[in-house]
Order: sequence, then structure tokens, then C-alpha cells
Amino acid sequence: MSIELKNVSKKFGEVTAVNNVSFSVKEGELMALLGPSGGGKTTVLRMIAGLEMPTEGDLFIRGQRVNDISVQQRNIGFVFQNYALFKNMNVFKNIAFGLKIKKWKRADIKTRVEELLELLGLAGFEKRYPHQLSGGQRQRVAIARALAPRPSVLLLDEPFGAVDAKIRQELREWLVHLHHDLNVTTLFVTHDQEEAMEVSDRIVIFSRGNLEQIGAPREIYEQPVNEFVARFIGVMNVLELEVFNGVGRAQELEFPAPGVPDGRPMRIGFRPYAVQISSDLAQFPYRAVLRRTYFLGIMLRLELELPSGLTLRSRITKEEYAQLGLADGKQVSFQIRNHRVLSDEQAPLTPEIQPVSEVPPTIAEHI
Amino acid sequence: MPAGAKSNLSATHTASSRGLDGSPFVKWTLIFIGLAFALLFLLLPLVDVFYEALAGGVHFYFKSLAHPDSLSAIRLTLIIAAIAVPLNLVFGLAAAWAIAKFDFRGKSILITLIDLPFAVSPVVSGLIFILLFGLQGYFGAWLDVHDIKIIFAVPGMVIATTFVTFPFVARELIPVMQATGSEQEQAALTLGASGWQTFWHVTLPSVKWGLLYGLILCNARAMGEYGAVYVVSARITGETETMSLRVANLYEDPNGAAAAFALASVLALLALATLAIKTFVEWKTERNYALAQQATAGLNGLNEH
Repeated sequence: MSIELKNVSKKFGEVTAVNNVSFSVKEGELMALLGPSGGGKTTVLRMIAGLEMPTEGDLFIRGQRVNDISVQQRNIGFVFQNYALFKNMNVFKNIAFGLKIKKWKRADIKTRVEELLELLGLAGFEKRYPHQLSGGQRQRVAIARALAPRPSVLLLDEPFGAVDAKIRQELREWLVHLHHDLNVTTLFVTHDQEEAMEVSDRIVIFSRGNLEQIGAPREIYEQPVNEFVARFIGVMNVLELEVFNGVGRAQELEFPAPGVPDGRPMRIGFRPYAVQISSDLAQFPYRAVLRRTYFLGIMLRLELELPSGLTLRSRITKEEYAQLGLADGKQVSFQIRNHRVLSDEQAPLTPEIQPVSEVPPTIAEHI
Repeated sequence: MPAGAKSNLSATHTASSRGLDGSPFVKWTLIFIGLAFALLFLLLPLVDVFYEALAGGVHFYFKSLAHPDSLSAIRLTLIIAAIAVPLNLVFGLAAAWAIAKFDFRGKSILITLIDLPFAVSPVVSGLIFILLFGLQGYFGAWLDVHDIKIIFAVPGMVIATTFVTFPFVARELIPVMQATGSEQEQAALTLGASGWQTFWHVTLPSVKWGLLYGLILCNARAMGEYGAVYVVSARITGETETMSLRVANLYEDPNGAAAAFALASVLALLALATLAIKTFVEWKTERNYALAQQATAGLNGLNEH
């Protein structure tokens, strides 16, 4: 294991920022710490780096307990959210800083810096100062600086948070390639689920200081352990059911609820792709009117209004849409292919059905 | 921060001149008032100092400067500044660092305390030290027994000057250090740098212009201080008389006016040199600040954390 956390907690005064978290990162893995702002993920990253001390629990890097080892001795590379480049030093000196501190020979420093400049596509920029670089270039300098002393792990705090959307996409692909080439254990913090899904081997999901789930992107998307994760990763229709005689009802929709006592509230969720539509009104049990169509590249999201007024979201490809001859205002029939029972202890974090406009198209949508 | 205040001033000025485009009368009246005041109250006295100093001829000018008591006053002024300024460099750096980079109880009290010397009249500052170290003061008896002279001697003048000039360095550095934040230092730590290496390679270079600016102001005030030094010095000619004190002393002498102006012109020259360096440093700071702004602009826009 490259990084291991055992029952780690961090309190700032009365506030618990990280609550009894345990997980590990394998050697060479690219892992994301994902969660909403204030979820404690940056604190976890800073504790691994040694910039914060855990209140409880143990931290290991390559099998060695590092709780009592200073930042300087941990041999980690840390990339700050705003890069924190030394603005009084040019690119070369920024990258060389860690090597100079570690008393490398001048010639070795030059070789190593040039190697990194080449690797990160920064050749020719060594004389520039941080203020003369674009956001993307600055980030690459920050990564080069962190990588220069050959750290055992690379930690990145919101690596793509500070650049605009277009460069962000490039940087993501670039990070995956870089990780592939260098194979250094990498842990990065993000609040963007799309980013985490696209880039990482595995994802750790945080919410309010708790570790909610850990797993591969697809696993988390398809088998979210609770409602929070389900809603945080991708879009989900959530319904509150009333149970009677082993059947849960939400308006005209019925779901089997075997063994659930009458009157007990039950929440279920299903992804838009599970809502299957037909223009043949006799094909599926339920009816709805297609209220609005949202274009998300190759996929379309449909807003369906049931006769009872209930609104659901569905998703189909452009081809299916054309085949079915759909248009806004048209009557359709539909069925719900599968759904998940959501645990009740997770209080609703968002409205029943999220307003569509607030939900950005996500990579999860395309899976 | 005077550098920031200055740029704000010029910004408001351009904005209002745009707003008052239709009224050249207002514009010219304001310019006239501003210029007239500057000429009358700033430039005229300055020119007069040099005029009076040289009224007796160049020979007399240098002769009066070369008077042993004048030379002694110049030497003492330089000695006091040479002790007070480095002391305040250390105090100012420590205080600014503590305030900008750490959170602690009593932080706001410390900030207020730093401003105290600005709020108190220099004469009162001098009296405070008489009260502390004078013969009738709290430590007076003890000092007397151990034969340590502070009041009416050079140590007292150094202490009073240090007190009066305390805020300059800290006041200049606090906003600069706060604006820089501590991420660069943390980055240096993750790269293996010790606290001292971080300070030397990262912190100091990023505040050097602000620091220099504070030191210049501190030095100017240390050399020009009159009130506090007056009270604690006893003005013994040739012993505890600084340039400012000697200028006043000479001027009170019926025949000393010309010599007083000669010495005053040296102080005035010092002020002009300070202004020149200050303008240069200000220009440098503003340029660096603008570059730093450019560097962070566009970064923070998308920053959701």
C-alpha cells in the first residue's frame, strides 16, 4: 500500500472535519477524493502531506507510520489549488527548488529540471516568471516542481479548479497520460464528479467528514451505497412510496415492496436511463406526456409528465429519439426497468426531483 | 498602505475628471488650489531653507556644518538611526509575520498596540520613558544603583526613537504578508525546506519591496524625530543633541539662525533623498503588485473552494 489511513479523525476546535476515515491507495494508483465543498477531503490530503496533524488515527506512507514525521521528511509532492508558485523565481528555479534544498549537484539539477520541462511540455519557458504563464502552464510548473525530487506520492488539491472549462478537459487527459507514463501514486481532490469519474482508477466519496463510499467509478455509479452517493454521482429520480400490502405507490407508479410493513415510508431511486419509453401507447404500463427535451450532445434528456402531475426524467440517444418519432407534447408509454431502494437514514439533501437546469450534463449520463 | 492609497487616489481622480468633463472651471480651480497649496506650504519652505542656509555664502555654510557640535549632532543622529531602524526591522518582521500568518488570542490587541506610537504625541512618549527610567521613575532607583544611565543619555534617546518609529515596518508588512498568504511557504515546506530556508528563499523575497519602503519611512522618522527625543535627552550640546535638537537650539541663539538653516538643509536633503528612494520603491511595489494581480486574475474566477 502506498498510502494508508486508519481511523483518522481531525477536529478543528469543536468542528469535526474528518470523522474516523480509513482507506488505502495502492502503489501506482490514480485516486480521487470526491465530495461537496467542506466535505473534509482537502483536510485528508493535507494530513497525508503533513500540513495538518490528525487528531486521532494513524497515517502510513509506504508502510511507514508518518504521524510523527515532519512535512519535510515525508517525501510527498503537493500541488496546491492555486499552484503557489514562487513568484519571485522563474520556471527553472521553481522546479529546481526542492532539488536545491536536498543539495543535489548543480549538473544533476539541470538534467532533472530539463527532463521535467520536456516531459511537461514546458521546454523554452524556463526563464519565464509565473505571472508570464497561462493558468494551464502554471499548473504544469506546479506539478513539475512537486515531481522533481521524485516523491513517493503526488497529492493534488483541486488540480483543475482554477482553469477554465476548455483547458480543464485538456489537463485531465494530460494528467491521465502523465500518470500512465510516470506511474507515481497520485491522489487528487475534486468536487467535480465528472472529473473524478473520467480521470481516476478509484474514487473515495466524502460528505461532511465521513467516507461514504470507495470504489471504481463504474461501481460507484451503478451500485451507490446510499442516497447521497447516488445523487452526487449522476442524476437520479427519487420517489417517496407509500407501502400497502407489499406494494409501494407514488401516485400511479407501483413498485414491489415485499415484506415491508404497511405505512412505513420507503424511498426508491432510479437513473434516467432506466426509464424506457415507447411511442406505442400500449407497449408499457404507464403513460406520460413528453414535456421538454434537453440536448446533451449525443444523449437527450426527456422530462416526462405523468397524468398525476408527477415528473420523471428519462434519457435516450438521438437515434432512438428519431426512431420513436418523439416531439415535445407527444404522448408516450414507459416502464421503469430497475430501481434501488434508498436507505432512509440519509435525509433528502436536494428536492425530490432536482430542477433539470441545475444539473450539468455529466459523464455519468453517457455511461 | 501608502502605495495602495496612492493608486486609489489617482483612480478616483480619473473617474471624477471623466464625470466632470463638461466643467473645465471646476477642474482648473481644483488643480490651482492643489498646486498653490503645494507651492506655498511645501515647496516654498523647502526652497527657503536652502536659501537661508546659503545666505552667508558657501564658505560659511560648510564652516558651520564642520563645527564640532554640529558634527557631533550628525554623528549622534546616525548612531540612533543605525540602532533604532534595525531593531524595528526585527520587531516589525516578527509582529507582521505573527499577525499575517497565525491566528492567536489577542491578535487585534497587538494590531492596535502597534499603532499606539502614531496615536500618542511624541512628547508624551518621551514622558512615558522618563516615568519609567527617570530617577523618580519605576526603574530609576535600580538603574541608579547599578549606575546605568538611560534618561538624559543616548540609550534613552534610542529607546524613545525606537518607540516612535515602531509602526512603520510592521504597518507596511502586514498587508503585504496577508495578501501573499502562506501557500508559497507551505509549498516550500512540502519540498523539504526548513523554516529558516523558507523564510530566506520565499517569504523575504516576496515582501522585500514593502519591507524596504517601511525601512525608508522608519529611517526618515528616526532621523527627524524631535518631540520624544527632546524630552529624554536634556539637550547637552555635543553629547545628547541630535540634528533636529541642534537646529532648534541654534535657532534660539540670536546669531545662530544661519547655522541652524545650514544644519536644517542637511535634514532637508535627507528628506529629498528619502522621497526619491520612496518614489522608486513605490513604483517597484506597484509594478510587482500589478504583476501579481495579473498572475492571480482569472485564477480566482473559477475557484469554487
